[in-house]
Formats: sequence, C-alpha cells, structure tokens
Amino acid sequence: MTLNGWVQILVYFLLLTALTRPLGGFLYRVFEGQATLPGRLLGPLERGFYKLAGVDPKAEQHWTSYVLAMLLFNLVCFVTLFFLQLYQNHLPLNPQGQSGLTPDLAFNTAISFVTNTNWQAYGGETTMSYLSQMLGLTVHNFVSAATGIALAVALVRGFARRSGKTIGNFWVDLTRCTLYVLLPLSIVAALFLVWQGMPQNLNAYTDAATLEGAKQTIAQGPVASQVAIKMLGTNGGGFFNANAAHPFENPTALSDFFQILLIFAIPAALTNLLGRMVKNELQGWAVYSAMAVLFFAGVATCYWAESQGNPAFTSLGIDQQASALQAGGNMEGKEARFGIARSTLFATITTDASCGAVNSMHDSYTPLGGMVPLVNILLGEVVFGGVGAGLYGMLAFAIVAVFIAGLMVGRTPEYLGKKIEAKEVKMVMLALLCLPLANVGMTALAAVLPQGLSGLSNAGPHGFSELFYAYASATGNNGSAFGGLSANTPFYNVTLALSMMIGRFAFIVPMLAVAGSLVVKKHTPASAGTFPTDGGLFIALLVGVVIIVGGLTYFPALALGPIVEHFSMTAGNLY
Amino acid sequence: MLNHLRPAIVLFVLLTLLTGVAYPLAMTGIAQKLFPRQANGSLIEKDGKVIGSSLIGQNFTGQQYFHGRPSATTDTDPNDSTKTIPAPYNAANSSGSNAGPTAKSLIDRVREDTAKLQSENPDAGAKVPVDLVTTSGSGLDPHISPAAAEFQVPRVAKARGLPEDGLRKLVAAHTEPRTLGFLGEPVVNVLALNLALDALAPAKPAAAGEANR
Repeated sequence: MTLNGWVQILVYFLLLTALTRPLGGFLYRVFEGQATLPGRLLGPLERGFYKLAGVDPKAEQHWTSYVLAMLLFNLVCFVTLFFLQLYQNHLPLNPQGQSGLTPDLAFNTAISFVTNTNWQAYGGETTMSYLSQMLGLTVHNFVSAATGIALAVALVRGFARRSGKTIGNFWVDLTRCTLYVLLPLSIVAALFLVWQGMPQNLNAYTDAATLEGAKQTIAQGPVASQVAIKMLGTNGGGFFNANAAHPFENPTALSDFFQILLIFAIPAALTNLLGRMVKNELQGWAVYSAMAVLFFAGVATCYWAESQGNPAFTSLGIDQQASALQAGGNMEGKEARFGIARSTLFATITTDASCGAVNSMHDSYTPLGGMVPLVNILLGEVVFGGVGAGLYGMLAFAIVAVFIAGLMVGRTPEYLGKKIEAKEVKMVMLALLCLPLANVGMTALAAVLPQGLSGLSNAGPHGFSELFYAYASATGNNGSAFGGLSANTPFYNVTLALSMMIGRFAFIVPMLAVAGSLVVKKHTPASAGTFPTDGGLFIALLVGVVIIVGGLTYFPALALGPIVEHFSMTAGNLY
Repeated sequence: MLNHLRPAIVLFVLLTLLTGVAYPLAMTGIAQKLFPRQANGSLIEKDGKVIGSSLIGQNFTGQQYFHGRPSATTDTDPNDSTKTIPAPYNAANSSGSNAGPTAKSLIDRVREDTAKLQSENPDAGAKVPVDLVTTSGSGLDPHISPAAAEFQVPRVAKARGLPEDGLRKLVAAHTEPRTLGFLGEPVVNVLALNLALDALAPAKPAAAGEANR
C-alpha cells in the first residue's frame, strides 16, 4: 500500500460526502414534485407522457397497486428485450452482422437487465448489435435503475407519512426519475467520458495495420452514452466484454475516478433523501456512516491483499514491490494505468453497490482480495448499494437492528417514528432469507451437477469460489463475475436468471409490504424510552447486524472457497 | 391489472424512444462535433492509413520495439468455429486470463515468460517488473510501467544501435505522470513510444522480418 493510493481513496470519499447533501436535496425536490431545473425544461414532456399513457399523476397508489404496476412494467421490459435480442440479425444498426442470440442467452440477458443485474453471459463486442445496445441495453439501464429508486422512495414514504394509505404513484416516480434525474446526469457524464477518450459513433469496427504489419480490428460503437447510465444507474453491464478494464470503456485514471463517483452518487444521496423525508437529516447521516464504516473495511482489506502480490511469483525472479517506477502487487488481470489502488477501490465500490462493472478481473485477485467483493455482495450490497436497492436493503437491516435492540430491553421497537411490529419483522426476514436460497442453494446445486462443474476454468478451491461468486452476483443483482466461469450455457443461463429474479423480486415485494404496513401507522413521538437511531450506538449496532447476519449465513461457504485457498496459497500449493 | 397495462406499454415505448433512440443519437451527434477524435476511437493515421488507436495496445514481438504486456485475448479458431486460439491484442474480443492466483497454468505461464524475457534482455536488471509477465484485464492494455520500459532499454538500444541514455530520455518524455498529480499510476504508452522510436531512427529492414504475423 502506498500513501498515494490512500490519498486517492480519501479524496474520493471526501468528494462523495460533499456531493451527498446537494444531490439528496435535488432528489427530494424531484420526488416531492417540487420545482427543479430539469423539471422546468422537461415538464411539458412529463405531462405529455402521462396524457398518452392515461396516467393521473395526482392519483396515488396503495402498496399492492404500486407492486402490480412495477411488476407489469418489468414484464413488458422483459418480453420486448428478449425478442429484440433474439431477432437482432433481422433488425437495422448491425454493421458487424451479429447473429441473433440463442434463446437461453436472450432469456438470461433480458432478466439480467430488467433486474438491474447486468450479468454478462453475452460478450459485448462479439454478440450485440448497436441496436440491441441502444434500444435494448441502454434503455433498461435507465428504467431498471429508475425502478429501483422508485421502490426505495416508496419505502421511505412508508416511514415518513402518517396514517396514510398510499405510498406514491409508480408511473410518476418512474417517469420523474428517468426524465429529471437519470437523463440529465447521463448527458453530462457521457460528454465528459467522450472527452476522456470514450468512443461515441455508429461506425463499423475499424481495421488497422499495426506497426509490425499485423491486422488489428478495433471494436467501436456508441459506448459513452451507454457507459454513463451504466455507472450512474449501478447497472454495470459492459459495452465491451472486458467492461471498464477496456481502454475504450475506461480510458484514463480520471475517467475511472469519475465512473466510481457516478456509482455511489445516487445511492449516497438517497440516504440524505431518507433524512429529509423523515424530517431529520441526522437519520440519513447515521445510515451513511454505517455504510462508510463497511466501505473502508472492504477497501482496506482488498487494497492490502492485492498489494502483497502473488507469493508464487517471488521465487521466479519477479519484482512485485511498489516503487516510483511501478505499482507492483498482484497485476494479473489489472491495467497498468489503474495499478493496485484504483483497481481495488473500483472492485470494492462496484460490489458495495450492485453495480458489477469491473476495471480489473476479480477472478485473478488473491484469495483474500477476491473475497472482499464476494463478501460485499453477500452482505446484501447495502454499502451505499445499488440505486434504491442499497437503501431499501439497508433499511431492512435497520429494522432487524432496532428489533434486536427492542428485544434486549423488552420494548416494542420503533424506527423513524414508526412502531416495528411482528408483521414488519416477518416481512423483512422473508426478504433476507430468500437470498441464501438463491445463492447458497443454487451454488450447492451447480457444485454437484456435471452441467455446473463443466463450466469451471480454475481447479481446487478457486473453482468453488467461481461458482459461488456467480450465484452470489446474480442473486445480489450485481453482475460482476469471477469471469473464468463459462456461463453461456443453457444450465447457467437459466439457473442464474432464476437467482436474479429471486434476488430482485422476492426482496422487493416483501419490502413494499413493509411500506404498506408502516404507512397506515400513526407517528410515535420519541420518548425517554426510544432507542435513538441517529447516533453512534445505532451505527455500531447496524454494522454489527449486517456483519453477523451475513457472517452466520455465509461463513461456511466462504471457508470452502477463498479462505481455504488463502492458506493453500501461503503453503505453496497449486491446482 | 388491465388499468396498469396501458401505462406499462405506453410509458415503456415513450421511455424507449427517449433513452434508447433520442439520447444515444443526440450524444453521438454532439460528441462527433465537440470531440471528433475521441468519439471515433482516438485513431492514429500514418500516410493516410489507420495504424491503430492511441488507447488500444498492439502486439510487439520485434527486438527493435518496446513490448507491451502479455495479452490473454483470443480469436475463433479458423479450423473449428467452436474453439478459440490465442490472439494477443485482439481488439474485437477483449478479455483477461481469469486465471486464479493458485492456478498451476498461471504460474507455468509466468515462469516461461520470465525466462524468455530474461534471455531476450540479458543486460537488464535482475528482476522482471511484474506488469511484463501478467496479462491485463482487457488484454488491450496500451501501457507498461516505467520500470517495464527501463527493463527493455538496453535491448532496444542494442537492436537500434542507439545510445542507452538517449533512449532513456525518449522513455522519460513518453512517460505519462499521474493525472492531476495523484490519480492512477505513471505509465508509458507503448505504441506512442515505438512510433517516436521509428521517427528517431527508422526500424532496420530486419525488424519487419521479425514480426511474427
């Protein structure tokens, strides 16, 4: 680890913290229907959309109606994206003549983008036509992100409103979020990224004659417009196969810095939105602080582990020491311009959030370095988290935390002025327990079936980590991978898609039920017996709950993968 | 249920037109106007022909050139379309090796590459910089570390008949510092350095013969 590496990490965190309040205020105004600059510019468009769609923006929805609208919209998204990819060879904007996707791959990718996972069973530049990238993947980067944010806002309304019945209007939340938040920010981000060197064209791939006389075909495309929303919406699905490690998808250290800022910008701001909606911004900062603790724990571990390099290289006469002339460390699967600090910072952030973009190949990380992204995903991606998903995930843990605190003192717990009773706790536990079913359960299945084992590219404990990471990533709607796994097979395409659906919808629906149950409750004013949830004790309890729930659930599986591999590596065993 | 169907379909269509058609096309139009070089892939032309992109690494094997990092990219086997063959720096199919840290295949590969580098660069320092024996995440990394460039200076100087000190100055001039003084790592763009090298002292005809493809 170097001083410069830590300066990069700290500057990033300070900038993120500085952005949280202004952006949170902006989000608050958008979702409360107050005047904003994009609202003034695009207001007529929003009203036109409602008129054509037959939506009354003032009509609010009961939670069941909100869920139904969300599910139906996602169904329409899924069906159209599935067929778009299946028949892309008959459609325009396909200069490379890419063929239609196989049904299982189209199914997997459609589920993947609708659930904001963006798992890459597809190969980017070798699979997708420009039309599929634009009309398919880019659109779903927008709307799946907007869906996640809408759901988080709806849950917060459950806490913030008093004796109400409704939690907002899904169509209005979806439209406003896309029009006023995601689109304007994406436009600015896309132009910044082009300036940094990201292509934005509809040309066929370029044939170059290299200096040594070989032919090099250089993939092109409308990259920047997709990457902007890919990061801002914590989607993470790459334009290219190598994702943000590809020099066109992440040309410079500055574009890298900018992209990780885009990942956390909205998730961090949503904690402030929470504070503003419940009329106590400290509540938001408490959640933010718990997230920050987990963020620093992750990045410090990952950065340390990767800086150590690979012990098997030492005897070969290779210099892995960091110096003024090189980054050193474990450079397999990492780009020279990013080195160890930027690679591990990116890996931590992309898995703290449910982004899943990668600027280095996680499969080639040291066992402990690679365990950090895996653990981040398994903890539920609640460290800032996916857009919306991070906040409603962390609120689930907050409910468990106050419940445990309530048990200790024998008093009905309260959170943000609402009594937390049996129904809410049951629903939260239902949501949290669906996740291990989809990740550990499916991993167990794949580990005993020949269709599962045939996809592994690494032997020994690392092979198990590859499997476990895949289902963890799918269930967590992350989308990053230990990429050695050959995941484009019918078995993996279908089982991973199932994990993605469980991870998204089996979590969302119970959480919206919590919102529906909370919104009708009266506000309970804080009394001497109320456990304060805006201070250090709560932050510590929340961090503890996240780690204990995650640890109890996943430690045995982690012991079979990265932990045993670490000891194996230090003992000099190879596979 | 049915009362949700109309907004679901209509809003989906409208949002698709906005974010899937208008947005990427507008961005393409604006980017082509404001940043035409970057928007078209930062291509480098020589005598009117595209010789590569300043952002995409190339495969160098000749003794008179600085070499980039190993690349794990592949291409479809021309004899069997279900198989792939190694094709370093294939810019139409980016990928990393995805080799785990305890993979025997990784350690074997690194051992071989290290021995090869040491025999090709007998006058270099004792230890091989790690980035010269590890594949990048994309397989298209255009950069090497300054240490990796320094490692190759004696070899290139000998092959070109240039003084080592002059070459070190050229490397220093092509070393890109950290952005804003603290972001990223200092790197050397291999293609840019080799182009400068050719401009300084044109590659001897032998160099063309050494190219392996």
